[in-house]
Amino acid sequence: MMQTRTTGTTGRREVSEQSSTSAEARRRALRARRLRRGWVALGLVVPAAVAYAAFVLRPLVLTVQYSFYDWNGVTESTWVGAENYRRLVDNPEMLGSIGNALELIVYFSFVPVLLGLLTAATIRKFATSRLALVSRTVLFLPQVIPLVAAGIMWTWLLASDGLVNELLRGIGLDALTRAWLGDTSTALPAVGVIGAWVALGLCMLLLLAGMAKIDPSLYEAARIDGAGAVREFFAITLPSVRQEIGVCVTVTVISALAAFDIVYISTQGGPANSTLVPGLEIYYLGFFSREVGQASALAVVFMALVLAVVLPIQRLTRESDR
Amino acid sequence: MIVSARETWLSRVLLVVLMVVTIVPFISLFVTALHAPGTYPSGLEWPETPYWSNFVDAFTAADMGALLWSSLLIEIGVVPVALLIATLAGFSLGHLRPPGHRAIFLTFVLGLTLPFQAVIVPLYYQMRDLGLLNTRWAIILPLIGLYMPFAVMWMRAHFVTMPEELSEAARIDGAGTWALFSRIHVPLSVPALSSLGILLFLWTWNQFLLAVVLVDDPAKRTMAGALGAFQGQWGTDVPLLCAGSLLILTPTLIVFLVFQRRFVSALMQGALKG
Repeated sequence: MMQTRTTGTTGRREVSEQSSTSAEARRRALRARRLRRGWVALGLVVPAAVAYAAFVLRPLVLTVQYSFYDWNGVTESTWVGAENYRRLVDNPEMLGSIGNALELIVYFSFVPVLLGLLTAATIRKFATSRLALVSRTVLFLPQVIPLVAAGIMWTWLLASDGLVNELLRGIGLDALTRAWLGDTSTALPAVGVIGAWVALGLCMLLLLAGMAKIDPSLYEAARIDGAGAVREFFAITLPSVRQEIGVCVTVTVISALAAFDIVYISTQGGPANSTLVPGLEIYYLGFFSREVGQASALAVVFMALVLAVVLPIQRLTRESDR
Repeated sequence: MIVSARETWLSRVLLVVLMVVTIVPFISLFVTALHAPGTYPSGLEWPETPYWSNFVDAFTAADMGALLWSSLLIEIGVVPVALLIATLAGFSLGHLRPPGHRAIFLTFVLGLTLPFQAVIVPLYYQMRDLGLLNTRWAIILPLIGLYMPFAVMWMRAHFVTMPEELSEAARIDGAGTWALFSRIHVPLSVPALSSLGILLFLWTWNQFLLAVVLVDDPAKRTMAGALGAFQGQWGTDVPLLCAGSLLILTPTLIVFLVFQRRFVSALMQGALKG
C-alpha cells in the first residue's frame, strides 16, 4: 500500500518512463503480496492439518502396517505378510462379524428410513401444527442421549421380565416371550430394534424437512387429476426427497457398520457370537487377546467395507442433485 | 390444502404413536429407577413406595460430581480448540483458496466416513508411547484430530458462500489476513460456529469407545464412558443402574431442552453434511 503511494509522487518529465517501471514494480509487488497471502493462508490450515495427520492419517498408515505383523503389543513384532488376512478369511468368527454388520444395515438403516418415509408422508399435511412442533423435540431425544444409555434402557425393556414381554403376555402371546437379547435367533434383530429406535426420529424429521420444500401446487394438481394418496406418494413425494433419502441412508448405514456402543452394552457380541460386529471384534482382538496384527487386518477390511458400501450411495445422491 | 378429516385424524394418531414409542423407554427407565434396590421390577408398574433415594445412591456410587467435572474438562479441552483450528482451516480452504487447497481439502474429506474403531489400536500405542494413557489428554487430543474431517468440511462449506467483495473491501481498507478473519468473518460465522459447537459438544459428551479403551479410571472419562463402567459394576442392581443411567443422560437432556431450536437445526444440518 505505502510503496505504491510514494512512487506516484515522481516528477512530471519522466512520466512515461516512470509509469512503465512503476507498473512493473506494482505488478511485482502484487505478485509478492499474493504469494505472501498464499503462505499465510496455508499457515492457517497447519493446526488442523497437524491434528488430522497425527491422530487420523498416522494411525491409518500404522493400521495397515500392523496388519502385516504378528505382534502382541509388548514383545518384538514379526513380519508375516498376508497371513493375518488369510486367517481372517478362514475364520468363521470374523467373517460372521462382517455378516452381522451387513445384516444390521437392515435394522439400523432400511427400517428407520422406510418407516420414516411412511410416517413423514402421512403427517406432511400438518407439518406446521403444534403437535408436529412438539414431536420435533420428542423424536430427537434418542439422538441426544449417549448410545450407551439407549443400550441400557433397551436391555431392560427386552429382558425376560421386561416391558416388551409384559406387553406380549398382556395380549395373550405368551408363546412369543423370551429373553430377546439372550436368544441366538433373536439377539441380532433385538439389537437392531435399539438402533432403529435411535435413528427413526432423525430420519423422519429430515424427510419431513425435505417434503416441506415441495411445491404444494403439485399436490393440488395431482388431487384434481384424481390421484390417491398412494399415487401421490410415488409420483411426487418420493422423487422429491431422493436427496434426503440418500442422506438418511448414508448416515444410518455408517452407524450400522460401525455399531459398537449399543452392542457392547446390550450383548457384548453374544450369545455365541450372534451379535458380534467388526467394531467389537477389533476391540477384543486388539485389547484382550492382544493380537494386534489380526485386529489391524480386520480394521483394514472393515474400512474397505464401509467405503465399498457408502461410496455408491453417495454417488447415487450426488447424481440426483443435477 | 384440502385434506379429509379422517386422514388428518389418522396422521395425528400415527404421530402420537411414534412419540409414545420414543418416550416409553425413558419412562420405563424412570419407573424402574424408583423400585427397591436389588429387585427386578416388571413392566411399567409404579412402585408402592418410590425409592427416590436410589438417585442419591447412584449419585454417590457413580461419583457423579467427579464425572461431571471430568466431562466438562474434556469438553473444554476439545470443543474450543477443534472449533478454532477447523475455522481457520475452513476459512483458508473455502475463502482464501491458496494454491493446493483442493488437494488439501480432499485429504480431509478422506477421513469423513472413517469409523473410530479403524484407528483405535494404533491410537492406543501412540498414547502409550506419549505417556498419556489414563489421562484425559488421551481422549482430548485424538478427538480433536478425529473431528477435523467433519469440522473442516462444515466450516469450509460456510466460508465458500461468503462473498469475495466483502474481503476485497476490507483489504482496501488496509485489513491484513488476520484482521479480515477475526473482525469480519468470525462475527459473520456465529450461526455456523454455534451449530458445529453443539455437535462437537454432543459427540464428545457421548463418546464411548475412546474413553473405554484409552482411560481405565472412570473418573477421568466422558459421561458415556463412565456409564459403561457403571454398568459393569452395578449391572446386577437394576434399579440402581437405571437411576445411574438417568443421572448420566440428564445433563444432555437439559442442554438439549434449553437450546432446542439450535440443537434440532444443528442435528439436521449435521446429518445433511455428514
